[in-house]
Amino acid sequence: MKCEELLVMLNEYVDGTVDPAICDEFEKHLAGCNPCQVVVDNIRKTITLYKAGQPYELPIKFRERLHDALREKWKEKHPTPKDEK
Amino acid sequence: MTNRITPETTDAELVQRAKAGELDAFEMLTTRHEQRVYSLAMRMLRQEQDAEDVTQQTFLSALENLDGFRGEASFSTWLLRIASHAALKVIRKRKGLETVSLEAETEASEHSDSVPHPEFIADWRQSPEQLVQKREIQRLLDEALARLDEKHRLVFLLRDVEGLSIHETAEALDLSEANVKVRLLRARLQLREQLTQTLGDPATQLVRSHHHEH
Repeated sequence: MKCEELLVMLNEYVDGTVDPAICDEFEKHLAGCNPCQVVVDNIRKTITLYKAGQPYELPIKFRERLHDALREKWKEKHPTPKDEK
Repeated sequence: MTNRITPETTDAELVQRAKAGELDAFEMLTTRHEQRVYSLAMRMLRQEQDAEDVTQQTFLSALENLDGFRGEASFSTWLLRIASHAALKVIRKRKGLETVSLEAETEASEHSDSVPHPEFIADWRQSPEQLVQKREIQRLLDEALARLDEKHRLVFLLRDVEGLSIHETAEALDLSEANVKVRLLRARLQLREQLTQTLGDPATQLVRSHHHEH
């Protein structure tokens, strides 16, 4: 397997969905190719880093506005006789 | 007789109850997923007002169209789908483009581009576990993400950050799985390239020979 071929199948290898036969080829290549090893390692770390990243917190005021807007819309959609605010 | 809504109540059950008229159920769904939707919007749009608008649009749209949601995909995937399209619409508007289908726009570019070759190859000095503690790392991650084409950024966010499968990502974006895979590969390689330039140890930098083969 050449570096180019490995590159194209990088997703599958990193995600663990590659065909076992091709996986063997992959491992053989990696065993003898330091640059490819490092690239694969870099990619794994890249994904891990992004996965571990902090989610964005909703600004409190926005959250209030959001839920108010949803309640308003809900009332429009589900009018009840006892709604008299 | 209805059960109390608890953290254990599944999304599927909440959806059923919301459809049956329980506002609390819909509010709970919102509370569960609002941060996820907002985070996606912020990472796509990098602007608080736009992200808030997209988030609000997403949940209002979900509310409006709840009857039409048949539960074939998960509720969260459905939300992310709505949010994705809303975010792309904002980006297109910023660029002053008309709304065209993702697929159509893709055809021309995807076939001619080849997979980006790794240029800067080096071991990172620190592990992700160590890096994630650092405040400035979030900014580095966001900046790298911002440099991607939005088509690639979105696929990366859905698949690698949100954890949707290739299939779910394809469904959410109305793309073929093959298309998703190509975009994902590009995104991962481009992000790797950028991050490695900052995080890679120059002492360990490797030079790839183009005629390297086994």
